[in-house]
Amino acid sequence: MSLGEAAAGGASSTPGRRLRLLPWAPLLTILAMLAPVAFGLGGTLLPALGWLPALGGHGIGLDAFRDLVAWPGFPRAATLSLTTGFAATAVSLALVCLVCAGWQGTRAFTFVQRALSPLLSVPHAAAAFGIAFLVAPSGWIARALSPWLTGWERPPDLLIVQDPYGLAMIAGLVAKEVPFLLLMTLSALGQVRSGQSVMVAQALGHRRTTAWLKIVLPQVYVQIRLPVYAVLAYSMSVVDVAIILGPNTPPTLSVQVVRWMSDPDLAFRFQAAAGAVAQLALVVAGLAVWRLLEFAAARAGRRWIERGGRGCGDAALRAAGLAAAILVSLAIGLGIAGLAVWSVAGFWTFPNLLPDSLTWRGWARHGPEILSAASETVIIAGAATSIALFLTLASLEAEHRHGLRPTRRALWLLYIPLIVPQVAFLTGLQTLALSTGLAGGRVAVILAHLVFVLPYVFLSLSAPWRAWDARHATVARALGSGPDRVLWRVRLPMLLRPILVAAAVGFAVSVGQYLPTLLVGAGRVETLTTEAVALAAGGDRRIIGAYALAQTAAAFLPFAVAILLPRLLWRNRKGLGHV
Amino acid sequence: MMVSPMKTLLAATLLLLAGPLPAAAQAAPDPADWDGVLREARGQTVYWNAWGGSSQVNEHIEWAAREVHERFGVTVEHVKLADTADAVSRVIAEKAAGQDQDGAVDLVWINGENFAAMKEQDLLFGPWAEALPNWRYVDVEGKPAVTADFTVPTEGLEAPWGMAQVVFYYDTARVEDPPRTFGGILDWAKANPGRFTYPQPPDFLGSTFLKQALIGLAPDPSVLSGPVGEANYEKVTAPLWAFMEELTPVLWRSGRAYPQSGPRQVQLMADGEIDMAISFNPNEASAAIANSELPETVRTFVLDGGTIGNASFLAIPYNASAKAGAMVVANFLMSPEAQARKQDPTRWGNGTVLALDKLSPEDRARFDALELGVATLSPEELGATLPEPHPSWMVRLEEDWVARFGVAE
Repeated sequence: MSLGEAAAGGASSTPGRRLRLLPWAPLLTILAMLAPVAFGLGGTLLPALGWLPALGGHGIGLDAFRDLVAWPGFPRAATLSLTTGFAATAVSLALVCLVCAGWQGTRAFTFVQRALSPLLSVPHAAAAFGIAFLVAPSGWIARALSPWLTGWERPPDLLIVQDPYGLAMIAGLVAKEVPFLLLMTLSALGQVRSGQSVMVAQALGHRRTTAWLKIVLPQVYVQIRLPVYAVLAYSMSVVDVAIILGPNTPPTLSVQVVRWMSDPDLAFRFQAAAGAVAQLALVVAGLAVWRLLEFAAARAGRRWIERGGRGCGDAALRAAGLAAAILVSLAIGLGIAGLAVWSVAGFWTFPNLLPDSLTWRGWARHGPEILSAASETVIIAGAATSIALFLTLASLEAEHRHGLRPTRRALWLLYIPLIVPQVAFLTGLQTLALSTGLAGGRVAVILAHLVFVLPYVFLSLSAPWRAWDARHATVARALGSGPDRVLWRVRLPMLLRPILVAAAVGFAVSVGQYLPTLLVGAGRVETLTTEAVALAAGGDRRIIGAYALAQTAAAFLPFAVAILLPRLLWRNRKGLGHV
Repeated sequence: MMVSPMKTLLAATLLLLAGPLPAAAQAAPDPADWDGVLREARGQTVYWNAWGGSSQVNEHIEWAAREVHERFGVTVEHVKLADTADAVSRVIAEKAAGQDQDGAVDLVWINGENFAAMKEQDLLFGPWAEALPNWRYVDVEGKPAVTADFTVPTEGLEAPWGMAQVVFYYDTARVEDPPRTFGGILDWAKANPGRFTYPQPPDFLGSTFLKQALIGLAPDPSVLSGPVGEANYEKVTAPLWAFMEELTPVLWRSGRAYPQSGPRQVQLMADGEIDMAISFNPNEASAAIANSELPETVRTFVLDGGTIGNASFLAIPYNASAKAGAMVVANFLMSPEAQARKQDPTRWGNGTVLALDKLSPEDRARFDALELGVATLSPEELGATLPEPHPSWMVRLEEDWVARFGVAE
């Protein structure tokens, strides 16, 4: 029996009033996500083609693209976007696979999971600042080794951070994307009988890592494909991490677009729009190439499986996976610790490992502002996440009850807000907010955040939701429960963990938003992120440290709930906790 | 003048068609009627868009907000910008969307090319600044920069509220005798590779470094006061680019990376990565020492022949919601009390736009009571201020710099 048949049966037997509204939920969800993107893209495409009457652009032509290509940094900026995006995504995915393949089901895996999961909540900007301070020539690593080992009395003149190849930026992205992909993989692993499969394969003589890669990875990858694409699109077009860790001569294309957008010479708006369109094209092309690589990997993988080797180098692979996981958690953990120390630092001479003096002045001075920004952040993130969760659950349930089987095209609709680079539709969103009279308010910001929060919530939740074994529903129906009762008493409790994880992801996504908050909020809506980035221009690590910590805390709490609550609630239900 | 009945009828019909008159179409507040402005301002909320990257500056703005609220009933919300151009973008977007009133920006801290751009696009309300009650104290005669923003006449469209001058700071523990000319800077940098840098243009301070170098190196700096189109650009800038070609390889990170803002240099200096840096605030080093951001051995110096000075301004966008409130805030910030507080080196230490000889003895005493910071030069030591070149020079210099050094391999 298929999911669709069961769902269709459920829908026809109970024609309640509420159920007649339910079929519209997917459409409403798609509208909430895509209408702003469509308007935003229009607001970008038209100026790219020369149409922006307020700035005297009335003609249609390709002048803006000619100007874009004439910019001497264009080839390098575009190449950087591709190389950093691909490297960050491939390395992150490989590390996650290694960790899961080598250690799933062991005590070390539980440890790695506990160490990495909270890092997901660390906002990108905070993580990037932390890592920059760790690896910079004047950073903690250099301080720890100086002068006794290196002989450095002063920081060496080495180009480590903001290197022209974007290596520091790739490292920063990997450190942030590994926890994200790992959590997505964990949600998916709960739906695949990976433990048993690996055990069977091991009984047939396969090494642990080989068994996982051959049997579990193909099943899991299907479920984490959407997050992987999101990571690729995000890494290719990220702005804040690129500003902090990426090169500047020239910067990546997205960063340059943002710079052109804020250039006082308004003529650059056209060029910025053209750059945004080029960035969009790059991301689409990047995804196409990735898809081709998937096919190639699948072919190679099948041949590998058919050859029937039992695997070698298992110990080395396992060690590498564990080492990488520890390195990632150390990088972010120490980075955040560094920011914490900076937030209370007095003067701090190189190469001292700790500040010369400590002071609470930064916290005392900025405490009230941090509190008010924090409450604004929580209100916005809470509202956006609640709406996103409600729409997502309604859509998925409608899909289930009415047999609305998601087509491939519908899936791609969901990708759009994650694939379209933020820079590509922000000016358009601003115009939209203005023309609907929502300009400058918290409501407009919440709706703008919803565009980014919804896809993440949907992506996190839809796979485990759809992979839920519908026979549970059949059994419950056979025992006399209606579809509502099945939803509330069986499905939601069983899926509590993925639901909470999805909410936490949505919350963290909202907390980290900078450009949408600034532009749609007309600068009037001050969240921890907008404040931190504004202060980052000042470069004072003490204040950045204080804000970054507050920002991290705001994003962290929901994750703590997502991890702890199911354990607490289902402590008497071994199968539901699946830790 | 006679108005024909037909025209009156037509106008009335149009008015009916157009619906109720929008608020902004009603009389804009007139600063000549100051009591009227104060009445209208009471209860308004002014969204003041100002660079938020410095805690000293933010603190001064908070103080002003408290005072203005207590005295005039005007609420001030500081919208902290990473870049002033964000506020300009906002106003442009509003204009594009046809929002010609109730805009989101009421007051903006602005100068230079942002002002030139907004003025050219008719995005500013006014003139109003020269009708403010406190305008009479402004040093129009002694500080030409208060009425010519990067040589562009302000024409009352913006009110000056601070003076800035280029200085350099250095660590006496590592540099004995800082260079006073650009030739000297080059020699010093060659002798100490990797220990000098400047913010990456088009950051305004980085661009200022280019302009300061151009003034110091150009055969005839007088052409800089006119638009770049009227001068022989190649010839005027040739010595500058020759200088930069020699300097870049011996810069911090060999010129393959640059600090992204002025304050970032403070951190580099504190970490011991660089020994010398440019600043647009003569008090920056003192304030940073007081905040444990720089070692106590840091001092300030200026170049022989003077350094660039300019004024910071406050402007009101054409579609601002609280124009009266914005004027009240600007007038308060120009008051001797606020100006003296701002000049206090233990707070912000930003120069005043007022002429001390125009002030009452009590007000002048506020300024006399201020003590110079440990690393701040006296007005005599600061020496002559040089005018900013025409904004068009900055645009060309930035473009050229990006093409030559901004996209290096």
